[in-house]
Amino acid sequence: MTARGISYYEATARTRVAALVDAGSFTEFCGAAERLTSPHLAALGAPVAFDDGVVAGSATLGRRPVLLAAQEGKFNGGAVGEVHGAKIRGLLDRACVERPAAVLLLVDSGGVRLHEANAGLIAISEIMRALLAARAAGVPVIALVGGSCGAFGGMGIVTRLCSAVVMSEEGRLSLSGPEVIETVKGVEEFDSRDRALVWRVTGGKLRRALGEAQLLVNDDVAAFREGVIGLLASPAAVAAEDGGLAQLRAEHAALADRATRFATARDGREIWRAQGFAAPERVPMLAADEFNRALAEAVGANGGAA
Amino acid sequence: MEHMSLSFPAPTASGDDASKARAAAVICGVVASGNLEVLVEAGDDPAFCDIVVNTSAEGFGDIWRAVLRDFAARHAVGGLTLSINDVGATPAVVSLRLDQAFESFRSAS
Repeated sequence: MTARGISYYEATARTRVAALVDAGSFTEFCGAAERLTSPHLAALGAPVAFDDGVVAGSATLGRRPVLLAAQEGKFNGGAVGEVHGAKIRGLLDRACVERPAAVLLLVDSGGVRLHEANAGLIAISEIMRALLAARAAGVPVIALVGGSCGAFGGMGIVTRLCSAVVMSEEGRLSLSGPEVIETVKGVEEFDSRDRALVWRVTGGKLRRALGEAQLLVNDDVAAFREGVIGLLASPAAVAAEDGGLAQLRAEHAALADRATRFATARDGREIWRAQGFAAPERVPMLAADEFNRALAEAVGANGGAA
Repeated sequence: MEHMSLSFPAPTASGDDASKARAAAVICGVVASGNLEVLVEAGDDPAFCDIVVNTSAEGFGDIWRAVLRDFAARHAVGGLTLSINDVGATPAVVSLRLDQAFESFRSAS
């Protein structure tokens, strides 16, 4: 590895996996040589990938056993098709049996693969169910978001179902993508070509500030690795919460409060200002550790309300 | 999509490389616009390199044959099978990706 590290954003799924886990510990399931390619893409005369755009397997991370799946954002935008989805779902099912220290989902996806329509939608719902089953079985599921496609659509929902989310500022997390919002609601609502705005609204820093991501790290695979090792070392950070109805009600109340508190905000900057960041306009320029310090100060000054 | 199954005479892969190919396949590259993935596996005939190409760019068979023949002549890839999924990569990119695939295959443990 060079002194500059490996950019998580630029790396392929296989490079991310190799640099994230303990060196040489990765064993792939349903590897490329098995040629589990998409029958839907073949029927449409579209190019297929031997791994259908997702690398799944087992490894150790900080010597703890993990199962992990990494989506390749450069293949069809990391979108979930039938085979791709079945590999992730199978991995989560396996976690219920094997009970690893965690399942890691390296999400880099625009959502459902439109070529596969219903099969892709069903795959997403199967992943959601399997993810919740794994969590219920006591296996934490951690999402890592830092790729060029971010985590959108069905994979945005899957990400938010996880026990914890680790993001870089470059990673984005939302439901509808900026271009979809602009198409449906108009450019006044969201200018998808204003990249700085898109990242201030959907990027890792706002997600962290709103508590939707538990950890913000720099765009470096080693930083993601350290972040996940830290989470695995503190079981409370990724504990399966089961507060029942009371917890659900508290969550709803917190969301309603957030919707009221930031009702007029049109931009991440306005939320950071309302949260008490000393220099909200400078937030996008901060390195991850500076941002985390500024967030801790702002939250502290607010009596703990982020 | 255009499909080609080709075979080129090539220097025989070293004994080490041949046993590696039987042990584990190696994949290199991604299926993305202007890019390709190459899967390296064991083949049948030690004097030939078999190459299967699936490409979205139709009508470039002659150029593929020229690039692949050149690759097979430059490397000891006899006895290996290469499978390619391509989305319109240029000949230079194909050539570099093949070299990279062979290198990562040779350095794989």
